[in-house]
Amino acid sequence: MKKYISVLIGAVFISLIVGFSGCMDSTNGSNDVEEIQQVNLKISGSTTVLPIAEEAAKQFMMANKNYMIEVTGGGSGLGVKESGENLNDIGMASREIKSSELDTYPELIAYGIAKDGVAIIVHPENPVSSLTQEQIIAIYSGKITNWNEVGGDDAPITVYTRDEESGTREVFFEKALNKGNITKQAVVVASNGAMKSSVKADVNGIGYLSIGYLDSSVKGCEYEGVIPTEANVVAGTYKVSRTLNVITNGEPSAEAKAFIDFLLSSEGQQIVVEEGYISVN
Amino acid sequence: MHKKNIGESVLENLLKLNALLSSVIIFAMVLFLIFSSLPVFSVVSPFDFVFGLDWSPNYDSYGIFPMIIGSFLVTVLALVFSIPLGVGCAIFLAELAPKKVQNILRPSIEILTAIPSVVYGFVGMVLLVPLIRDVFNTNPGYSWLAASIILGIMIVPTITVLSEDAINSVPSQLKEGSLAMGATRWQTIKKVILPASLSGILSGVILGMGRAIGETMAVLMVAGNWPLIPTSIFNPVRPLTSHIILNIKEAASGSPIYYAMFATGLVLFIMVLSLNLISQYINKKYKIKWD
Repeated sequence: MKKYISVLIGAVFISLIVGFSGCMDSTNGSNDVEEIQQVNLKISGSTTVLPIAEEAAKQFMMANKNYMIEVTGGGSGLGVKESGENLNDIGMASREIKSSELDTYPELIAYGIAKDGVAIIVHPENPVSSLTQEQIIAIYSGKITNWNEVGGDDAPITVYTRDEESGTREVFFEKALNKGNITKQAVVVASNGAMKSSVKADVNGIGYLSIGYLDSSVKGCEYEGVIPTEANVVAGTYKVSRTLNVITNGEPSAEAKAFIDFLLSSEGQQIVVEEGYISVN
Repeated sequence: MHKKNIGESVLENLLKLNALLSSVIIFAMVLFLIFSSLPVFSVVSPFDFVFGLDWSPNYDSYGIFPMIIGSFLVTVLALVFSIPLGVGCAIFLAELAPKKVQNILRPSIEILTAIPSVVYGFVGMVLLVPLIRDVFNTNPGYSWLAASIILGIMIVPTITVLSEDAINSVPSQLKEGSLAMGATRWQTIKKVILPASLSGILSGVILGMGRAIGETMAVLMVAGNWPLIPTSIFNPVRPLTSHIILNIKEAASGSPIYYAMFATGLVLFIMVLSLNLISQYINKKYKIKWD
C-alpha cells in the first residue's frame, strides 16, 4: 500500500513540475511578442493541395514572424465543409465547389491557385498509347473488355478506379468520361500512389492519376490525340484537367487574404511549380 | 492503520471511476453511432440498406449487402487458412518443440502481430497479387483469395498464442495419467489435451475472427473492392471496413453517404458484438471442469 501511495504522490509531484514549467514557458512567450499581434490561421482540406500549402505556410511564417499557420489534410470535401462552418480560415479543394455544397454554404468563394491534369495510364509494355474519349467511356463502362478492341494485344482489360469520393475520380468522371458510368467490375484503389503501383504491376491494367505523379514506370496515354503534359494542360489542349482551389467563407479576413495573395504571387507560384503542379499564371 | 485506509479508499474510488469512465465512453460511442446513422434511413429503408444489392450513391441506391457478405467470406476463408496453421503451431510449441526451438519460434510468431497492417497490405499488393495473377492466370489478381491469405497470416499469432495458453493450462495430471495408461504422445494430444483445451482454443479462434472482420488497411489494399458478391475466390470483394474507408474520406458531413457510413459502422459493430457473445457462450458450453 505504502508503495502505491508514494508512486501516486510522485506522479502528482511530477505533473505539478511539468505544469508549472509549461506556465513559465507561455509567459515568456507572450512577453516576446507583446508589441506584435499574434495571427493564427487554420488551413485544411484536399491532400492534393496540401504540399503546396505546407511549403507556402513555412515560407510565409519565416517572412512574417507573427503568423502561426496550421495546415492539415482531410480531403476536398472536408475542406469545403470546414470553410462553410467557419472551422478553418482557409479551405483547400482539388476540385470546384459543387452546387450542392453552394446550396448549403452560399457564401463560399474559391480562388484558383494551381492547375493539375489527370492522365490516363497503362503499363509501359502495352502497345496501346492513344485512346479517344469514346474508347475510354466504353472501357470504363465495361462495354469493351479486351485490349484487341482498341488496337492492343488479345488480353482482358483490368480497369482501375478510385473511390467514389476522390477528387481525381471526380475530374476523370466529368471530363474524360463525360459523366459516363464506371463499371462495378473495376478494381478500386485508395490513392494516387496505389493507382501507380497497381498499373505498374499489371500488364493489362488501365487507370488514371494526377499528372504530378506521372513518371516512366507507367505510360501516360494520349487522350483525343493529346499527350498529358503540363504544357498541354496550360495550353488548354489537354482537356482532363482541373484547378486547385483555396476557399474562404465570404470575404477573407485581412490576415487570410495576405496568405492567399502570397500563394498567387510569383513566389507562391514558384512553390506550385516546385511541388509538381502547374502555375495559374 | 487509519492513514492506510484513507489511501486505500482513495485508490479504490479512483479505480472505480476508471471502470465507470470506460463504460461511459463505450456507451456514448454506441449512442453516437446510432444517432449518426439514423438520418440515412430517411433516404433508404433499414431493410433496403442491409439487404440491398446495389451500391450506387449517385443513383440513390444504398445497399450494403454485398459488403456484409464480403466481410463474412473473407473472414471465413482466412480462418480456413489460419486455424490449422495456428492450432498446429500451438500444439507443436506447447507439446513437441524442444526448449531451444521454442525460444526462437515463440518470439518470432509474436512479432508478426507487431508488423503494421499497412505493411502486410503493401507486401500483398506488390508480391501476392501479381503472383495470384500469374499462377492462376486470372484477372485482376486483387481478390477474395488475396485478402484471405493476408488476413490469415495476420491472425495466426492471435490463434497460436491463445491456443498455446489453453494447452498449457491443461493440468499435467491429465497428461501424465494418459501417458501412464500407455497412450502414445499423439493419442494423448488428440484424446486428452485437445478436448480439454477446446474452449480456450475456440475463444482464440473467435478473437482472431473478430480481428479479421475489423481489419481494414491490409484488406483495402489487396481485395480489389468490387461492390458485388463474388462468384469465385478470384473475384474482388469489398468488406465493410474497406467500404467505410473508401467512402468516408471525402464525404461531406450531412450527405447521405456520410450517414450511410455510420450505419455501416453500426452493422459492423453488431456483427463483432454477436461474435463476442458467441465466444462467451462457447467458452461456457465447452469448458471442462476438472479437479
